[in-house]
Amino acid sequence: MNRHLLSVADLGAEGIEEVLRVTDSFVEVSARTIPKVPALRGRTVVSLFYEDSTRTRLSFETAARRLSADVMNFSVSSSSVSKGEGLRDTVETIDAMGVDALVVRHRAAGVPRQVAGWVGASVVNAGDGAHEHPTQALLDCYTVRQRRGSIEGLRVAVVGDVRHSRVARSGVLAFAALGAEVTVVAPPTLLPPSLAGWPAAVSHDLDAVLAKADVAYLLRMQSERTTEALVPSLREYTAGYGLTARRAALLPDGALVMHPGPLNRGVEIAAEVADLPGSVITAQVANGVAVRMAVLYLLLGSSPR
Amino acid sequence: MAERERALAPGGAFVARAQVMSADDLRRAVTRIAHEIVERNHGVAGVALVGLQTGGVPLARRLAGELERIEGAAVPLGSLDATFYRDDIGLRPLVPEAVTDIGFGLDGLTVVLVDDVLFTGRTVRAALNALSDYGRATAVQLAVMVDRGHRELPIRPDYVGKNLPTRRDEMVDVGEAGVAIGQVVAP
Repeated sequence: MNRHLLSVADLGAEGIEEVLRVTDSFVEVSARTIPKVPALRGRTVVSLFYEDSTRTRLSFETAARRLSADVMNFSVSSSSVSKGEGLRDTVETIDAMGVDALVVRHRAAGVPRQVAGWVGASVVNAGDGAHEHPTQALLDCYTVRQRRGSIEGLRVAVVGDVRHSRVARSGVLAFAALGAEVTVVAPPTLLPPSLAGWPAAVSHDLDAVLAKADVAYLLRMQSERTTEALVPSLREYTAGYGLTARRAALLPDGALVMHPGPLNRGVEIAAEVADLPGSVITAQVANGVAVRMAVLYLLLGSSPR
Repeated sequence: MAERERALAPGGAFVARAQVMSADDLRRAVTRIAHEIVERNHGVAGVALVGLQTGGVPLARRLAGELERIEGAAVPLGSLDATFYRDDIGLRPLVPEAVTDIGFGLDGLTVVLVDDVLFTGRTVRAALNALSDYGRATAVQLAVMVDRGHRELPIRPDYVGKNLPTRRDEMVDVGEAGVAIGQVVAP
């Protein structure tokens, strides 16, 4: 593995496979009475979140603690950022304290890559704008592989607000790298201006795609990122692109329903569908910790202190 | 962990200089160690076997078979990968060879750790730390097919297939066909 994890594209199929293989071991560790190993004793991991997050931040911090690393937690509201400190100064100050990894989330695309150029520590992208969220894609791949054995040849439908979604880009890249046939399904207004370079087909007919899908991956409707009216109303969006109970019944037997969370129940996914047997949303969260342990271990475990 | 695999990782081939145990020698050593385990523990009640990945796992399986043949009772059998407990993490890339599989609690059991080759003792040290995260064993004993010396820690085996004096740069390979001593030659 490289020194940083900034994009799924940096990993390639081989890198993804390595993470998934090591994740198997950390799933075993997580299931133990004492779910902790001394692998990263004496290492320090800082979570640097410029944007709100519950699951990703907790997941990374839990992962770091289970590896016996020390965890420092940075939050914008209670830091010098509120006094007007710039990103570079903040990052260099933290780096100067001697940290080993920075887990970065920022509303602007490309910030983790920029930070990686400033510091000696390893940088993990925990979500940058509408660009990428590589560990989410890795845990999604792990969850699918866990349930279906292999990803090769599976038909994956990525449905919803692709335009504002970093999960979509990372997910499409990762699923495609492992041999899945990916289709993105969204109203034209919720697609990015260009899908050049996306290894995916595009459709606007959700019913037809679902009937042949092995995985239905619902994206969160990102109302907080939507500055203009891209859909007439949420009700209309649900009618055309939500996974309603009627649509869920179209899915073939054994198909998985996935969602990166947090759920907008009743918008992109019907309340009762999220709790169906095919839904692996809770497994995604559980696997998230093990996947992030694997990522932190591979980044820090093979580099000298 | 099989010594041969670890040294082979960077690329290179194991070239045997001499065969030190045949397949039959190996089989007899397994039988003898099984008898010693039974004798030392007054039977196999409360005894469990844990093989170290990867070289200790097939040996532990063979020992379990022998114990069952001798005593007529199955012993719990597990496998352990102690990579995350090693003291050389960060010095070189270390990735687990396999997922640990210990499907029983260790509290109150006498655990016999099984490995193919005992060398510096560092893998065993890591394994002892790992074991303690699975419960508090009453006692831990160590069985190895080959003790090749060069210990760096105060660790000694309880059951030994063969004591084999070696040079530090030599390699010991334990496989189905027996035990060979040789060297790794760069490709």
